[in-house]
Amino acid sequence: MMNHTLKNHLCNLRAGTVITGKWHKHGYKIIKRLGKGANGVVYLAESTKELVALKLSDNSTAITSEVNVLRRFSKVQGVALGPSLLDVDDWRDPYTNQVIPFYVMEYIKGDEFFTFIRKRGKEWIVILVLQLLSALEKLHKEGWVFGDLKPENLLVAGPAPTIRLLDVGGTTLQGRAIKEFTEFYDRGYWGIGSRKAEPSYDLFAVAMIMIHACYPTRFEKKGDGRRQLMSMIQADATLRKYQSVLIKAINGEYKQVAEMKRDLIAAIHHDSYMPRQKTNERTRTAGRHKKRKKRSGLVETTMIVMALLFIYVLYIYGKVLQ
Amino acid sequence: MRKGALRQILLITDGCSNHGEDPIAMAALAREQGITVNVIGVLDQDTIDENGLREIEGIAMSGGGVSQVVYAKQLSQTVQMVTRKAMTQTLQGVVNRELKQILGSDVSLEDLPPEKRGEVMEVVDELGETVELEVLILIDTSGSMKTKLPTVKEALFDLSLSLNARIGDNRFAVFVFPGKHSDVEKVLDWTPKLEALSTIFPKLTSGGLTPTGPALREAMTYFNQKRSLRRLISGDESYFEESSM
Ligand SMILES: Nc1ncnc2c1ncn2[C@@H]1O[C@H](COP(=O)(O)OP(=O)(O)OP(=O)(O)O)[C@@H](O)[C@H]1O
Repeated sequence: MMNHTLKNHLCNLRAGTVITGKWHKHGYKIIKRLGKGANGVVYLAESTKELVALKLSDNSTAITSEVNVLRRFSKVQGVALGPSLLDVDDWRDPYTNQVIPFYVMEYIKGDEFFTFIRKRGKEWIVILVLQLLSALEKLHKEGWVFGDLKPENLLVAGPAPTIRLLDVGGTTLQGRAIKEFTEFYDRGYWGIGSRKAEPSYDLFAVAMIMIHACYPTRFEKKGDGRRQLMSMIQADATLRKYQSVLIKAINGEYKQVAEMKRDLIAAIHHDSYMPRQKTNERTRTAGRHKKRKKRSGLVETTMIVMALLFIYVLYIYGKVLQ
Repeated sequence: MRKGALRQILLITDGCSNHGEDPIAMAALAREQGITVNVIGVLDQDTIDENGLREIEGIAMSGGGVSQVVYAKQLSQTVQMVTRKAMTQTLQGVVNRELKQILGSDVSLEDLPPEKRGEVMEVVDELGETVELEVLILIDTSGSMKTKLPTVKEALFDLSLSLNARIGDNRFAVFVFPGKHSDVEKVLDWTPKLEALSTIFPKLTSGGLTPTGPALREAMTYFNQKRSLRRLISGDESYFEESSM
């Protein structure tokens, strides 16, 4: 949307170009361009050890902010919130003799969220959303809000499909003003809330991602935003299953991720075990069914675990005998 | 122990000035007084002419601000981005100057190793979140801008939504040009809430001349009056740098 001030040739670096850092002297060989955004361009590159993603930008401010966030994330133990940060440096661009800041991060190989859904089916929506909620929960616990949450910033990596967050440029400390956002996923744009960085801001975006996943063509706000979203949820069979969760997320009623996650899980189970009923009846009995479902779920899980254990023991036994 | 305010003029226009002083010169004058001038050029379907574009870029450059040309539809997102970017730019300038005092004359942010840069950036972020901000919005209502005014209004509400999520205070004022009786007319006095705008906007009539330069000159004095009124530090760039000790 913004004009790119980034020099044209920086967006078209030839494969084989080697970017060497002025401070740390590490070299990275460009393989191909992965993508271009408002704040820079990202290349797939090769270090001496591995494939990496390298982001270049002549906007030093943007690069520095992103690096700050990535650094913080790498301190969050054991969980991969964003790509891990590998190196930060400056490159003297031989064409212009200008110094271009860049950083190097883990290359995440995967499909964009919607591409993955298109390939693998709509039943993945809620599963990936649950994963996303878990990641957000950790992020919020650290005192942050992701901010610019949108499908383009979500990659599904393999082999066991796992959602990963990209583009941490919008990540904001809670209580501050959201730094970066995309209108469609922004509750302010829809006239439904403020741009204060609080967990509910991200949860609104999560609801919008689910809605967008069921209405692939991007739509705009017309008149009363809240009413428009509500009727779109009603009109789609998949969304209708999760309507109570979606409505609460849109209205900002979830103050914490855990609440939304709990309700979403309940809705998933509720939906797959219950015969179709009228909505009002369903919500009335929901509480009781939820509990029962949980228990039968537990039994199932235990049995599966036992079976797996048994197979595993057999396998080890076989190995030992060899 | 009070911090100074950041002062910006946000000019929203769709073309070239044709009356009065050179707006680029006026922007330079504003800058000298510690006021940043940002410009947003609003397009219909057609593209803007070469002269209009040059003027828009020229004003922002000499006004130390940011310029952006967009279609009316993208105005909301742009207005807040431009304002933010200009804020960061100004604050970065302030911090850079302080750095130079500490580290010696020829050091800029880029000369620091990347690790140190991060710390400086955090200071800039912190300031951007907490600093007091004054934005004077200057809207061209001549000729073809008329049809775009509803969109401009929306964009300004959106701006107030973004900025009011900050911890620091904001004050907005809105001027249009040309005015009914003079080059420029005040439609909204300094207020933290741009929403008050909704009642005044429909009354506007748009005229033929585009006195961008005179409008900028007027706008500046409006800051100055306020400044002396509030007895904030006078003197060139020190409006923001000053004070807290
Ligand atoms: N670590 C990574 N691994 C794989 N692909 C990546 C990685 N980082 C970025 N990309 C690709 O590059 C694209 C642009 O990156 P990114 O979103 O960070 O840029 P940006 O300038 O911040 O864009 P935006 O306009 O979304 O703010 C992404 O959409 C993604 O396809």
